[in-house]
Amino acid sequence: MDVLLNNLDIFVVGFRTTLVLFVWSALFSTVLGLIVGMMRVSPVPVMRGFGTFYVNLVRNTPLTLIFFFFAFGYPKLGLPEFSYTWLAIIALSLYTATYIAEVLRSGFNTVPLGQAEAARAIGLSFVPTMTRVVMPQAFRAVIPPFMSVLIALLKNTTIAAGFSVHEAGAIRAYASERGEPAMIVLLWVAFFFIVLVMILAYIQRRLEKRWKVAR
Amino acid sequence: MESNDQGDSADKRGPASFETTSNPIAAATGEPLVIVEDVEKYYGDFHALKNINLTVNKGEVVVVIGPSGSGKSTLCRTINRLETINAGQIRIDGKKLPEEGKALAALRADVGMVFQSFNLFAHKTILENVTLGPTRVRGQKRAEAEEAARALLERVGVGVQADKMPAQLSGGQQQRVAIARALAMKPKVMLFDEPTSALDPEMINEVLDVMVQLASEGMTMVVVTHEMGFARKAADRVVFMSEGEIVEEAEPEEFFTNPKSDRAKDFLSKLLTH
Repeated sequence: MDVLLNNLDIFVVGFRTTLVLFVWSALFSTVLGLIVGMMRVSPVPVMRGFGTFYVNLVRNTPLTLIFFFFAFGYPKLGLPEFSYTWLAIIALSLYTATYIAEVLRSGFNTVPLGQAEAARAIGLSFVPTMTRVVMPQAFRAVIPPFMSVLIALLKNTTIAAGFSVHEAGAIRAYASERGEPAMIVLLWVAFFFIVLVMILAYIQRRLEKRWKVAR
Repeated sequence: MESNDQGDSADKRGPASFETTSNPIAAATGEPLVIVEDVEKYYGDFHALKNINLTVNKGEVVVVIGPSGSGKSTLCRTINRLETINAGQIRIDGKKLPEEGKALAALRADVGMVFQSFNLFAHKTILENVTLGPTRVRGQKRAEAEEAARALLERVGVGVQADKMPAQLSGGQQQRVAIARALAMKPKVMLFDEPTSALDPEMINEVLDVMVQLASEGMTMVVVTHEMGFARKAADRVVFMSEGEIVEEAEPEEFFTNPKSDRAKDFLSKLLTH
């Protein structure tokens, strides 16, 4: 307990940064994943092609490589400069969006084709067909795998520690400088991650219950 | 739709009417409304539609019959481009079917479609099923759309079910809601793709009754069905398809009593053996 209490400042800063990375990345990757997921079921071949290209390219690249690109490649491109934290958020968002797009696409596929056909037959165009008819029915099937992706995202934030972002994955290094035993520190870090994941699991259960009633 | 329409849109034609075609008088004039020209359709190597030519005039009820796999459902679905075609063209009210996007959506809004499996929106109430199109596509106000929807549901005999979910209704009731949903868009033409094939026998008539009434009010209809009774009663013309081709077209009485082609004779004889 002393290890935690004596280094509370490191823990607080670390997990606060982790949460910042997680919340922004979850938000951006969900929005981007939604767009890419819809592209992949679009009736327009160019959109489908782009969606497939993006998913295959980014999903098949190791996350660490994407971080390398944003940490070392991006600043040389002469584009607007971002802090390392924001570069980490961008890397995590682009990467996670591919998984979210695939989760959503499999969710869309659980909705019988007749539902979309009926929506098109009354004159709804593609986007309202998706948002008004297909997505509300896909959500329930999507919640468990979607939460798994978010949990993976939460843990992936620790890779940012290797790129000068002081988040939870970096706590051990800072604590070691003060001579704290690494094993105990890491156990505490793991404990807080479990707490965070349990919160996500709780949200998942709530959402599943809510959408079950909606049927 | 537009404000100058509102004056005569409500109850002018009396409670028995479905209030559907914008100009019921046109029913008698018989101008071509749906024109299918030289249409070819393939599924891979399978030639599903072979050189299809068909004209449906305003106010006309065309019943398409034929053995299963003859392409009749496919033909029906090409008319609002739920199936694409490989060659030929389809025009509705003078306009060629657009490829995709907003123009196609706008055209589909004018073409009502009733499916074999009803396809009511499972997550919406009966009332919401009927109001979705008018509010989202036609830009009608919610209260106005709901009033019209309730009147339509009343007329197809499911008014009391308006606030239930589709799964709580019988098949026959669901299909009548599907008809009301299509009618709510005030379509120029209605397509029925085997509307009674998924129904229990005792529910078939309640759906056919609604369709017969609709036909008698001058709605232009293309009906793919196995219900020969409906064809005799309501059709202006019977189109017989076999193996992707239109084999024979005739008035119902003529077709059923004196079929010309061997394939039609064969088909009809099989119907009568049981």
